Amino acid sequence: MNNTNLLQISDLHVEVEDRIILNGLNLDVAPGELHAIMGPNGSGKSTLAQVLAGRDKFEVTSGSIQFKDSDLLSLEPEERAREGLFLGFQYPVEIPGVNNAYLLKAALNAKRAVNGKQEVDAFEFMKLIKDKMELMQIPTDFLNRSVNEGFSGGEKKRNEILQMLMLEPQLAVLDETDSGLDVDALKVVATGINTLRSPERATILITHYQRLLELVVPDYVHVLYDGQIVKSGNKELAQTLDERGYDWVKIETEKK
Amino acid sequence: MRTEDKEFSDLVKQKYQHGFVTDIEQELVPPGLDEDVVRLISKKKGEPLFLTNWRLKAYRHWLTMDEPTWAHVKYTPIDYQSISYFAAPKNLDDAPKSLDEVDPALLETYDKLGIPLHERARLAGVAVDAVFDSVSVATTFKEKLGEAGVVFCSFSEAVKTHPELIEKYLGSVVPQRDNFFAALNSAVFSDGSFVYIPKGVRCPMELSTYFRINAANTGQFERTLIIADEGSHVSYLEGCTAPMRDENQLHAAVVELVALEDAEIKYSTVQNWYPGDENGVGGIYNFVTKRGDCRGANSKISWTQVETGSAITWKYPSCILRGENSIGEFYSVALANNYQQADTGTKMVHIGANTRSTIISKGISAGNAENSYRGLVRIMPTAHGARNYTQCDSLLIGDQCGAHTFPAVESRNRNAQIEHEATTSKISDDQLFYCRQRGLSEEDTVNMIVNGFCRDVFKKLPMEFAVEAQALLNVSLEGAVG
Ligand SMILES: Nc1ncnc2c1ncn2[C@@H]1O[C@H](COP(=O)(O)OP(=O)(O)O)[C@@H](O)[C@H]1O
Ligand SMILES: [Mg+2]
Repeated sequence: MNNTNLLQISDLHVEVEDRIILNGLNLDVAPGELHAIMGPNGSGKSTLAQVLAGRDKFEVTSGSIQFKDSDLLSLEPEERAREGLFLGFQYPVEIPGVNNAYLLKAALNAKRAVNGKQEVDAFEFMKLIKDKMELMQIPTDFLNRSVNEGFSGGEKKRNEILQMLMLEPQLAVLDETDSGLDVDALKVVATGINTLRSPERATILITHYQRLLELVVPDYVHVLYDGQIVKSGNKELAQTLDERGYDWVKIETEKK
Repeated sequence: MRTEDKEFSDLVKQKYQHGFVTDIEQELVPPGLDEDVVRLISKKKGEPLFLTNWRLKAYRHWLTMDEPTWAHVKYTPIDYQSISYFAAPKNLDDAPKSLDEVDPALLETYDKLGIPLHERARLAGVAVDAVFDSVSVATTFKEKLGEAGVVFCSFSEAVKTHPELIEKYLGSVVPQRDNFFAALNSAVFSDGSFVYIPKGVRCPMELSTYFRINAANTGQFERTLIIADEGSHVSYLEGCTAPMRDENQLHAAVVELVALEDAEIKYSTVQNWYPGDENGVGGIYNFVTKRGDCRGANSKISWTQVETGSAITWKYPSCILRGENSIGEFYSVALANNYQQADTGTKMVHIGANTRSTIISKGISAGNAENSYRGLVRIMPTAHGARNYTQCDSLLIGDQCGAHTFPAVESRNRNAQIEHEATTSKISDDQLFYCRQRGLSEEDTVNMIVNGFCRDVFKKLPMEFAVEAQALLNVSLEGAVG
């Protein structure tokens, strides 16, 4: 056991609607690290992200997840969030009628309350968010729009990163934040992710493509296949996967 | 202050105090309804003959009518002979002596709603004269209104002080025979409010503030009449966000509004009668007839309602747009949780040329509740250039509840413009999870989404009530998820 880990996933088994999706997955993440998780479509990457965040339609049939000092699986989704776990959604949902700024301010204050900090008011909130919006190239009027409503795919993803920057999570799990982005938007998103990297924080980047990993350099790259992490390496592994695809990993795995 | 004014305000003060004196001997009228009971009610209230006869006419007609069954609500039949139609004065011996004796759950609700401390005792029905505290406040208001020439008093008082206005306007908007419940109300109405705004006067305050202090015990057959004379303006708020208990299950109120030329009436309601428990036991049946008559040219009547209470709500605040260029508006939030049933909406009847109406209805259903919007837009052949815009949105929380819309349009003028938009949405698991992932509780998430859904209507409420109405929705939705 490595007690310096921020996150420790041990022998995780997950089912949805009686189908086994994760089948004995192990992963340790220490503070300061950035892990990339790659893998073919449908291999269970989003499932892993959602289980970490506490989505209850995925049933954990065995295994354990330790986050900081807590048994993560015993916490409600909102408790996990307030403890510093952030999920950047692959498909951020639209919430008509709910103001973007209102949600984010409520989220920030919910987290501050847990840490015994005072609530921020609208004025302080604006002060905090201003630079971050510039960094994410999000125009100010977005704050007064309904959450994700009518946002383009790229805008939704940049909005996710903006939320992350405001909430300053200790562990960020970003699910395909790079998909559907053009080169410029990809750079903006990469800058956002890099801004938050620090020795205390860790990131799990779920991605399909290696192009993000050129801008956000991972410490580890893992391949998820058949419900397990079947291969781990450094950033060169991402390069190889980009060139050769996943078939060779599949063949290698099946041989074992 | 000139002596004349001083005398006048003293007079007003006196009249007000008089209003609090009960001029009815304590006596119980046994349950049941016949002509003698109607006569007795009128006699006890010391009414003039025209009013006694008016009640009797209504009663006779009521006998020939059947209870309506078209609404999308279900309830066990009401036995009209088992109701006592003359409310005996309240027995103060049974009332709590102080807030310490009041159900802590109720106090907790007041707290959540932010009800001011000095109002809580009265709302909880504490026997100690909590009213004393507010009499001075009320008197100040009354003075200010008196100076402007505004008449604002109980209906019974107005029968004595302004019989000519009562005779002229009573039943002129909601005729006695209008419907079963209106006819019943016309025969046996208990009390309510009366407002007269003289020509050209802009009422110097929201009539809400005063009313809230003074509202208790208007009885189950409330009758309200508001007249805005030419060029006048008034904003009136009925009800209270605090849950009010009432022993009477059946409430059948009638509210009539008259706006003469260039006059404007804004009528806002927050209705939070006891909805019954979470299994659907108990609760008020709220069968209300509310109608406004834009009698003069360029007049405007605007209804805003937030309906969260009652086991059954049957209510269609309407506008008759008679005057040219007159405007009718209906902004509604109706929330039904647990086993509540709400059938509410509006009627806009366009008679005058260039009349305009706007309908914005937001229905929220949770638990096992049924929520229906029922609306009618009728354009008469005379209503050249009439326009209506209707937007009707439903929000579902959970999958055991129902939302229904019954919009009807009858246009008999070809150049009228009628627009209708409707949406139904559900708070999805994805939305809940997204917000919880950001650190909000499930309850806060639902409240946030519901408040966002209702924003367009809340905007129309007087400011202070918008805040209260929001808190009220949150309290009413407690336990709707999870
Ligand atoms: N709600 C669900 N019901 C049934 N199957 C699901 C559900 N969610 C995901 N799956 C299945 O689980 C597998 C993994 O999905 P996912 O985790 O989204 O993969 P990835 O993100 O790696 O593309 C897929 O085969 C998918 O069809
Ligand atoms: Mg995925």
